[in-house]
Amino acid sequence: MSNNVLRVDHATMQFGGVVAVDDLSLEINKGEIVALIGPNGAGKTTAFNVITGVYQPTNGAVWFNDEKIVENHPQGKMKKQYKGQCEGMYKETIAPTPDKITKLGMARTFQNIRLWKSQTVFDNVLIAKHCRTTSNVFSATFRGNRKEEARQREEVEELLKIVGLDDVKNELATSLPYGKQRRLEIARALAAEPTLLLLDEPAAGMNPQETEELTAFIGEIREKFNLTIFLIEHHMNLVMDISDRIYVLDFGKLIAHGTPAEIQKNQRVIDAYLGVAEDA
Amino acid sequence: MRDMKKTKMVFTAAVLVAILAGCIALDATLPSYHIAITVIKKATVYALVAVSMNLLNGFTGLFSLGQAGFMLLGAYAYGVLTIPVAKRESVYQYFDGGAIHFSLPEIFAGFLGDTVGKTVGMLAALLVGGLLAALMAYLIGLPVLRLKSDYLAIATLGFAEILKAFFQWNKLGPITNGSNLLKSYPYFEHATPYVLIAGVLIAVILLLINSTYGRAFKAIRDDEVAAEAMGINLAKHKRMAFVISSFFAGVGGGMMAMYSGTIAAAPFKSALTYEILLIVVIGGIGSITGSVIASFLYIVSSEWLLRGLDSGTFLGINAPSIFKNGFRMAVFSVIIMVIVLFFRKGIMGDRELPDLLDKRPKKAKKEAAK
Repeated sequence: MSNNVLRVDHATMQFGGVVAVDDLSLEINKGEIVALIGPNGAGKTTAFNVITGVYQPTNGAVWFNDEKIVENHPQGKMKKQYKGQCEGMYKETIAPTPDKITKLGMARTFQNIRLWKSQTVFDNVLIAKHCRTTSNVFSATFRGNRKEEARQREEVEELLKIVGLDDVKNELATSLPYGKQRRLEIARALAAEPTLLLLDEPAAGMNPQETEELTAFIGEIREKFNLTIFLIEHHMNLVMDISDRIYVLDFGKLIAHGTPAEIQKNQRVIDAYLGVAEDA
Repeated sequence: MRDMKKTKMVFTAAVLVAILAGCIALDATLPSYHIAITVIKKATVYALVAVSMNLLNGFTGLFSLGQAGFMLLGAYAYGVLTIPVAKRESVYQYFDGGAIHFSLPEIFAGFLGDTVGKTVGMLAALLVGGLLAALMAYLIGLPVLRLKSDYLAIATLGFAEILKAFFQWNKLGPITNGSNLLKSYPYFEHATPYVLIAGVLIAVILLLINSTYGRAFKAIRDDEVAAEAMGINLAKHKRMAFVISSFFAGVGGGMMAMYSGTIAAAPFKSALTYEILLIVVIGGIGSITGSVIASFLYIVSSEWLLRGLDSGTFLGINAPSIFKNGFRMAVFSVIIMVIVLFFRKGIMGDRELPDLLDKRPKKAKKEAAK
């Protein structure tokens, strides 16, 4: 048993001639908060999509809790291009749909908020519990699952209290202010009972105060739900504050990884992404 | 909060009881061929099918136009299984009495007594029709549900047309009677049985929509990507919605056969699906109550109130030169356009019967401000 929750091995994602993610390998250990940073278009979200099963990688594998969940090798035209590169390393094709990966215990949020618009805050979270129901459609229709339904509703109430949305639970999800919608997305992901939470730019569009609140919130939920967190973020204050380790992507390639202190000093990262403070 | 819930339940129950009582009273006073009875029968059948379509188009967000095909299956299953054995010779006169030599109502009448057995047999035939439609939906759902929006609509529409042609095929004559009519099967004369059957089935659909699976359907409608990321198996749930919706459309088809007295494949054309779609849109996409109200309005006005427009006298005005054949549909089109223009979300939007007691949002806000 290794200690890592998630391991990505030589993942490559190619769309036609564009290599969005190029030979990405990374590891996330239990209980860590790990950040993935890089300039726009570096392939961060694509990497998330490969991990969560939205895209099938061109080559490589993803391991979750020591179980191989995704694997693919170059096929057809791609074979020629990849001649010599990890040839023969990946033989199988495992391509589960995202819902199967979620059921294994990985939940995500989206860069551009994707709440269910016509549903209330409460229902948004409750629907995410659907993947944990054991009743079939008949017993659910004829209310043979009262106990399970009641338990789920209670869990949702509790979750909403923890994330501080219980006062708006009967409002439409889209009527919430932006920061709360982000929070609701995280609550919804938590309702799916994950062990690994993937946050795609959770602080996008937030002001400094909201970002600070979010930083505290992420730390809080990690403790409470015993989570491992993998996040993409551009707010460097947030990233440097809460991350245990950081991976840096540029043009699909991993250019650095290490602790926040190491990354801040890394010349390649400074050149590619962080830059030098103007007033320094 | 609690009180409001209670009031709503009482209100809903009162409305439903009033409808049923009114229906029974009409049955007792009017002869079964009266236009009011006919209208109630037809409207309840349409209401059931419209609600089944709403489950798919309005609640799951799958734009399917195969409803007529599934109704056809239900109708034929009902007819084929219920024609009395003695009458088969004359019905299947071109096919040597057909290939099937039993009749469900008669089989059940054998050990349940005449009246009860006959009714049970008829209901069983309806159920078989629904199951057959559901099975067919399962089979075509495998390839077809990979398609999205308009493409799904085209594929399902095509399926319904193929099915219609298939049922008229001469080689299938011993079962479907080819392009000839199926008739002489038993049916309910009064309106109450139709209202009861449709009412129970619509209630089941309502229960489904408010269950965890119904919520998953709505999540798929609102945002497929998010639904899948939250662990909802898209293929499985879409197929489930498709199969369940088709089941109810199949039963609706069987009831349509009951009410019309004869079955042929020709009436189950795409225009029937459009009529149902129209009802769903007028009633409000995503509202069960809306679909039911709209189907009654639609049937009452097209079959009864506006009849005069076709036959010379309307509202006491006698003008045979204007009010002649076809004018009814012209007026009807205008009414539909007005509805679509001024009630964008349909009569009910996405509200249901108990929501009618809710205060309008504006008023509620004013009160909160005080």
